[in-house]
Amino acid sequence: MNALLVIFDLLLTLTLLGLAVVTLTSREPRRAVILFIAFGLLLALVWARLRAPDLALAEAAIGAGLSGALMLAAARRASGRTTSPADSGDAEDAP
Amino acid sequence: MIRPLEHILIPVGLIAVGGLLGWSFFLAVTGEAGERLAAVALAHVPDSGVSNPVTSVLLNFRAYDTLLELAVLLAALLGIWSLGTAGSGFQPAASVLDGMVAGFVPLLILSAGYMLWVGAYAPGGAFQAGALLGAAGVMLALAGHRNAGLPSEGRLRLLVALGVFVFAMTGLLLMVVGDGFLTYPRGLAKWLILIIETAATLSIGATLAAAYLGGRPAAHPKSGEAT
Repeated sequence: MNALLVIFDLLLTLTLLGLAVVTLTSREPRRAVILFIAFGLLLALVWARLRAPDLALAEAAIGAGLSGALMLAAARRASGRTTSPADSGDAEDAP
Repeated sequence: MIRPLEHILIPVGLIAVGGLLGWSFFLAVTGEAGERLAAVALAHVPDSGVSNPVTSVLLNFRAYDTLLELAVLLAALLGIWSLGTAGSGFQPAASVLDGMVAGFVPLLILSAGYMLWVGAYAPGGAFQAGALLGAAGVMLALAGHRNAGLPSEGRLRLLVALGVFVFAMTGLLLMVVGDGFLTYPRGLAKWLILIIETAATLSIGATLAAAYLGGRPAAHPKSGEAT
């Protein structure tokens, strides 16, 4: 049981680090925000594993949920602003 | 060519900050086991009016931190409002999404009330409850309610400022008649915390939902609904 938990923690940590790198290096804002939401949900799991349920709740609700929604809206606006004058520049946004 | 700011000042500053962080981590790990703040705080939890240690720190021992956090949220919303009026919003939802929203929004409001009350003795509290209220607003906005279920601008301004107002007024009142800024008297602590948390929850929920709209509410929000 204990070894299983250690493996789970290791996997969680590695996934979290990997997600952080992918989030920071992704060039498309929308993709980065969606990865950030996934990162926040996994971080909530980490807080729960560290026996900090208050922080886990706050992270899941505010860090992943509401910040994610706010940033998705911001990404939508930003992409609307850059593509609306000239739709020909669409190829630049592709990952 | 060496630019002094980019090649000398910033690297040296970063190294200094890194060294400071490393030094404080070293001190924190190797320091002798004196009376730590956590132990002192845990010992005084029964005096704080609530039995959840996190809430007792957030709303009693370090209440001014929470007051400043609320002020930060308010300032963020003012910044968003200064960007201009909100966009046209989403299309009205189809019947399936509308039905789901109609079921979920009351559930979210109920959960927010529970989260607020349970914060006294278990994980929960004003910020989590406010986030649930804000999520209800975001759902309404996504389903095409143009004003995300928020009241008209005049009332919204009152609602958004309510948390900071009640918090600061309680603190000032205690400064005049009590022991000092936000130093609750023993018997009243639970009720003062509950009053502040309730006001803060409403404010946080309204602030987050209004932030999602992304601008000042439109001039005639009621006529704009479901267009």
